[in-house]
Amino acid sequence: MSTGASPLLPHVSGRRRRTDKIMRGLLAAATVIALIPLVLIIYYLLYKGLKAWSGSFFSTDPNGNFFGDPGGVRSAIFGTLEIVGLATLISIPIGIAVALYLTEYGKDHWFASVVRYFVDVMTGVPSIVFGLFIYIVLVVSHTGGSGFAGWKGALALALLMLPIVIRSAEVVLLLVPNSLREAALALGAPRWRVVWRVVLPTARPGLITGSLLAVARGMGETAPLLFTVSLAFGLTGNLNSQMNTLPVQIFTDITNPRNVIVTRAWGAALTLVALVLILNLVARLIARRSRMA
Amino acid sequence: MIPPETTSKESDAKMSTAEGRSEQTDATPDRAALGARQGKGHSVLVKDLHAYYGQVHAVKGIDINFSPGEVTAIIGPSGCGKSTMVRCINRMHEEIPGARSEGEVKLDTLDVYDAGVDITAVRRLIGMVFQKPNPFPTMSIFDNVAAGLRLTGSRGDNLRERVHKALRAVGLWGEVKNRLSSAGGGLSGGQQQRLCIARTIAVEPEVILMDEPCSALDPVATLKVEELIDELKQRYTIVIVTHNMQQAGRVADSTVFMLDGEVIEHAPTEKLFTTPDDERTERYVTGKFG
Repeated sequence: MSTGASPLLPHVSGRRRRTDKIMRGLLAAATVIALIPLVLIIYYLLYKGLKAWSGSFFSTDPNGNFFGDPGGVRSAIFGTLEIVGLATLISIPIGIAVALYLTEYGKDHWFASVVRYFVDVMTGVPSIVFGLFIYIVLVVSHTGGSGFAGWKGALALALLMLPIVIRSAEVVLLLVPNSLREAALALGAPRWRVVWRVVLPTARPGLITGSLLAVARGMGETAPLLFTVSLAFGLTGNLNSQMNTLPVQIFTDITNPRNVIVTRAWGAALTLVALVLILNLVARLIARRSRMA
Repeated sequence: MIPPETTSKESDAKMSTAEGRSEQTDATPDRAALGARQGKGHSVLVKDLHAYYGQVHAVKGIDINFSPGEVTAIIGPSGCGKSTMVRCINRMHEEIPGARSEGEVKLDTLDVYDAGVDITAVRRLIGMVFQKPNPFPTMSIFDNVAAGLRLTGSRGDNLRERVHKALRAVGLWGEVKNRLSSAGGGLSGGQQQRLCIARTIAVEPEVILMDEPCSALDPVATLKVEELIDELKQRYTIVIVTHNMQQAGRVADSTVFMLDGEVIEHAPTEKLFTTPDDERTERYVTGKFG
């Protein structure tokens, strides 16, 4: 209470108070600066994209007409869902299997270390490289009787998603307490049953979240699809043909001289962001639900 | 895979059904037939056992004979190799990367480390309870107890009955019978540990290893687990690692004092605590070191 500083409880000096305030201010400023582009992106997407949204935007395909109504993005939405769906079916089971090998069997074995190293390298490979790889191997050779095809794009996306799935799944599986594995093993359970009935169920929420993040990442990729799926107008369920996808449609629309088509690109971009957002929300919901159980 | 054990295991299963609240009518003849074996259990013989973690020599040539149907306590300062030794008995030691062991462990006449032995069969015969209660968080109370049966693929037809019996055996039945389908993680620490013991005995092992089972529990829960150990020794050979010398005094028939990876003294509990042969034992049990 007295003004005199006691030797046991000295007052905080004015300089320290000022430094503290300035540093806190700097941290807050950095946060605001980082948020500016994010807010601007969302603002522009909504401002420009919402103008394009309408009933026919979602219910018609682009028609390629040079005059008049250019059509909507229905085929692009379905194309993206089909291709990403196939890529998911390929990459997630394989990715989780690799992560299981790394955490449950390989551990510190040299081969596991090599796999881990290559997975890290693959995470850093630019997405266009996966597109080029599939282009050279599958498109140029007309494998499956087609040049550009949806399933080839799905393969390129799967390659891109695989390291993300492996890495996130490995982290989650390592979080499963070892005491649970030991408890199950000590009961006399074979290792595969321990993995199947104890490790995987315990890690499930994290595995789902990680996988859906990889799916969201794959959904927004343009480069791997440009060289592998190319572009089409119409809606098709045939994965062995060229298909329309949201990222590629945005890519071609935005450079078009017609204003209507540029607006359609903004609408498609907003649609893509909305799809990813929905996916993330679903992931969180599932994760929360299985944690409750 | 283990001819002498499989037969006694089957009979043991029948025996414990007979000892349950006897829902089965054909239980009586079995009980008579097995009366001789009852309260005897199986012996565990550890001979010249060495255990290593990489370069670290944690257990240095141990010989212990665990008598059938008795509770044997292992005491000693931290890091003296108590837990390591116990984990060698059901071959859990080798689960740790870089860990290995040498020497002999015999369950009656069966060599646990024989190359032809199925390691999962060993662990089914020699159950284990860990220091921290570790119920499976994704499973209900019922499923936790059933886990051992399901995980070993030996679920049989009377799963419900066996789960209920195991819960009764650990005195948890009254506390959980109305919420068998709620999560096992929602129980108190002491209840969780008894749940884990129920999970272990549901598989009907011959020997139960307990690695400081009460160190995470409060005194009341500890007392319950100790009473349970006292009952379980009617049917099982029990090895319990403990830091708590009073606990060893309360539950154990004989006690082993370990120091630096070696057995210093193995004697009936009362003798070990009152008139030990070795001076180091005396210093330890009187609290003069460790």
